[in-house]
Amino acid sequence: MELYKLTAHELKAKLDNGEASCVDIVNAVFEHIKNTDDKVGGFVTQTKQHALNKAKDIDKRIKAKEKLSPIAGIPIAVKDNMCTKGTVTTCSSRILENYIPPYNATVVEKIEEAGAIMIGKTNMDEFAMGSSTENSAFKVTKNPWDLETVPGGSSGGSAAVVSANETILALGSDTGGSIRQPAAFCGVVGLKPTYGRVSRYGLIAFASSLDQIGPLTKDVTDCATLLGVISGDDEKDSTSINAPVPDYRKLLVNNVKGTKIGVVKELMGKGISEGVKKAVKEAIKKLESLGASVEEVSMPTFEYGVPTYYLLATAEASSNLARYDGVKYGHRSSSRQDILTMYNETRREGFGPEVKRRIMLGTYALSAGYYDAYYLKAQKVRTLIKNDFDKAFIRFDVLISPTTPTVAFKVGEKVDDPLSMYLSDIATIPVNLAGIPAISVPCGFSDNMPIGLQIIGKAFDEATILRVAYTYEQNTEWHKSKVKLTAA
Amino acid sequence: MAISKKDVEHISKLARLGMTEEEKDLFTEQLSKILDYAETINKLDTEKVAPTSHAVPVKNVLREDKTEKFRDTKAIIAGAPEEENNMFSVPRILE
Amino acid sequence: MDYETVIGLEIHAQLLTESKIFCGCSTKFGDPPNTNICPVCTGQPGALPVLNKKAVDFAIKTALALNCRKIEGISIFARKNYFYPDLPKNYQISQYELPLAEHGYLEVTVAGTRKKISIKRVHLEEDAGKLVHKGASGIRGADHSNVDLNRTGVPLMEIVSEPDIRSPEEARIYMEELRRILVYLGVCDGNMEEGSLRCDANISLRPVGSKGLGVKTEVKNMNSFRAIQHALNSEMKRQKEVLDEGGKIVQETRLYNDETNDTVSMRSKEEAHDYRYFPEPDLVPLEIDRAWAEEIGKTIGEMPVKKRERYLKEFGLPEHDVSVILADRELAAFFEESVRLLNKPKAISNWVIGDISAHLNEKKIAISKANITPEQLVELIKLIENGTISGKLAKDVLAKVLDTGKNVNDIVSESGLTQISDEGEIVRIVKDVIKANPKPVADYRSGKQTASAFLVGQIMKATKGRANPDIVNKLLKQELAQ
Repeated sequence: MELYKLTAHELKAKLDNGEASCVDIVNAVFEHIKNTDDKVGGFVTQTKQHALNKAKDIDKRIKAKEKLSPIAGIPIAVKDNMCTKGTVTTCSSRILENYIPPYNATVVEKIEEAGAIMIGKTNMDEFAMGSSTENSAFKVTKNPWDLETVPGGSSGGSAAVVSANETILALGSDTGGSIRQPAAFCGVVGLKPTYGRVSRYGLIAFASSLDQIGPLTKDVTDCATLLGVISGDDEKDSTSINAPVPDYRKLLVNNVKGTKIGVVKELMGKGISEGVKKAVKEAIKKLESLGASVEEVSMPTFEYGVPTYYLLATAEASSNLARYDGVKYGHRSSSRQDILTMYNETRREGFGPEVKRRIMLGTYALSAGYYDAYYLKAQKVRTLIKNDFDKAFIRFDVLISPTTPTVAFKVGEKVDDPLSMYLSDIATIPVNLAGIPAISVPCGFSDNMPIGLQIIGKAFDEATILRVAYTYEQNTEWHKSKVKLTAA
Repeated sequence: MAISKKDVEHISKLARLGMTEEEKDLFTEQLSKILDYAETINKLDTEKVAPTSHAVPVKNVLREDKTEKFRDTKAIIAGAPEEENNMFSVPRILE
Repeated sequence: MDYETVIGLEIHAQLLTESKIFCGCSTKFGDPPNTNICPVCTGQPGALPVLNKKAVDFAIKTALALNCRKIEGISIFARKNYFYPDLPKNYQISQYELPLAEHGYLEVTVAGTRKKISIKRVHLEEDAGKLVHKGASGIRGADHSNVDLNRTGVPLMEIVSEPDIRSPEEARIYMEELRRILVYLGVCDGNMEEGSLRCDANISLRPVGSKGLGVKTEVKNMNSFRAIQHALNSEMKRQKEVLDEGGKIVQETRLYNDETNDTVSMRSKEEAHDYRYFPEPDLVPLEIDRAWAEEIGKTIGEMPVKKRERYLKEFGLPEHDVSVILADRELAAFFEESVRLLNKPKAISNWVIGDISAHLNEKKIAISKANITPEQLVELIKLIENGTISGKLAKDVLAKVLDTGKNVNDIVSESGLTQISDEGEIVRIVKDVIKANPKPVADYRSGKQTASAFLVGQIMKATKGRANPDIVNKLLKQELAQ
């Protein structure tokens, strides 16, 4: 029995009935990582000793018949932009290559408290800026379905390790699609919660008004479970919301009868590949056959999502990344005759080209004389996009679209064309701008590469998108398809 | 509206991003393209539209005026690239 | 050409909260470097700010005391972006477009005339850290610097005046009054030398009668009231000279040097700052409603200006007394309670601003911590008035009360310091002294008035200072006349 291939809920059953121990699970996972990660390259740091120690502890507590969280004893990988006290946290950037946070992110505290076993930190696009994980300063993670393609980004490492069974659960972050797009590319489940649902304290900021942490898992059940653990108000994060956390797992029912689904017209037309469209159309038919009522809905401001995002997110990022200056932590250049040189050289050496591009863009959008035309205008368009969603949600319970316009592209294919890379987020970005939740679930293949179905919900209505996703999943076989990684 | 190399130099100064000549040229080209694309938002009429600066409809998140000592101040200093007398040491500030 | 001086002042006041504005670190001054720090105030990756309610309360209180017309409503925090090593995030969380309060005023008296100086805005922001320069006495010539982040995140309140001030002296008076109010409200300790109250000025000249504004310069580094007046005087003169010679004023920042009593241009190669302000996404908007403002308003009580008027009129106290008492809110409360118990404001004031204040200053304590209550002070004064003790002896009694915390009456009876007012007892002693000192008596009777002083002294000595001096004088005169 290959424990590393199971889901968290399957493993919990084995732990509960004594069929397996946590130490067994952790060892199995690390054994598999040893055979796999040299090809996939999902991990930046592995924390094997910590994991084994924790596993031993959880085993003791299980033996003592303690009542534990459903993720106790389950290996989890954490994207390397969440602060883990005492363990290096890099954001896949040279400028934080040796940064050891003096504190834990709130979500890390929560999963630790629940007894989950952190096995390592995953690779990402530097500072979460990218859609392919090719912007990592350290390595390129490969898509386990085809090692010559990208896993997506920026949570490419987390998605890949879930897909390759190098972990059972993973955490990622999503600012413009960074959980959902890699989930789609890697054939796993990924959910971006409502803005404010999950604490951002300890999440190394990219765009403060858009960032959210969310689960990447093998199936919807695990997703609901993990979401329940990490959700909740945090007094350390002023933007986290004091709203009750439903029992997401319990609310998973196999039923969409009468659910009103709106299919986003602008995301089913040109710009979306035929293979993806076909799979999504079939998914829609499936949902209809299960009792959902489906209609087309037009979201005319969607086409302005990407340009709006690249003004707002970069503006916030340019300010959030100003702190990386070699003074207090991280990389400091050896060119340090005076502080100005130190600043300039530290940042030139420490940041990759995409990060520099976005800092420049953002600085420009905020600069004197341009603020109104760029930043302020973008904030207004953001309102219009939000209004489109508000209108749609009067008629519909959820909205549906492809998660991405294509399946995973080849490594190196879009690296020299930033704009074309940005356009891969066309379906996911508007969701972040509106602050609402969305999930991506596998819905088929095209050229043997996974396709993701995006289900978008109202603010704080994660329960409904999870139910629709669960129903779809339970009535299809996609979640049973597994990667076949050939030996080196 | 293309962005000029002079603009790029000005922004790189504001952002404290050292840049080689090649980088300046490359960025001038790339940023111009991106900005042209970003400017498509000007097609929309936003005269009567209020900007969304905060994603959450929440106000007045406040904390009590209580001191809470952070236990690991040493770990914060330990991260300093250069340290002197328990302070972060930096090169001379004036040229 | 006759010029009018136009001055606006920008004050930063450190607020007397226990913890910093966005985190729970202590605001205590003078602790060892980097001991009051945490991930938030050191700008660690991923850390987030949470606003201190007391800082807002203090700002509302100040805005009310400064008669601000706009307090209720929404205000927003904003990022002010610039790079400097004492600013860990390389942006300061401040307020820009929607400050906490606007459109207030402060009344000052200049050369006997009352005048209103308009206040443009009051807002909150965070303080930066401290730099210690090495290799030279200051930043010029230093080969490196060290950063202490204890001070980052201490709450600052910025108060900006309109350019209504018309002379350096007026600027000083405005600053003094503003300081008085802030200290009175208990929101700031007003210590300019330690930097808990800072002042920057904008100054320009314009031809008398014109309505526009001339080119202004910014003056910084004025660390005392005196410095403010001198610095602005110096800059005013300099600008006049430039304009008289037909030159133009360059908009720049000038630093005051209190040794040369002059300002020096801070001309640097750096361009003017582009702060790229935008709303702080990590904080939510602040909404102050009527209920909150009223709740704070109740804690203000009577404002210093009104109190001053009342003290002058009702109590008939001289200006000096009033200023001293009102400088300390608790002392003022003590004074008023004492007057309520015994309507002798001048007598009470004498003790309060005299011996009691001296004791507070010496021990560096507040009146609330001192061993004296309004009841006890009133008791002491009553004992003087009814002749139980002399005024001189009362000073000793008070000193003992302050030192030991014992009851006035207990101290008086214990120490046997009660005044002797019994005429029978005194006349006996007077007679004895007269008998024992024939020469001074003879001198006195032959016209040397001063000889009686010697005799009074002897009587006092015999009574250990306890004899009631008025009665002594009366009876001595009586006996000597015989």
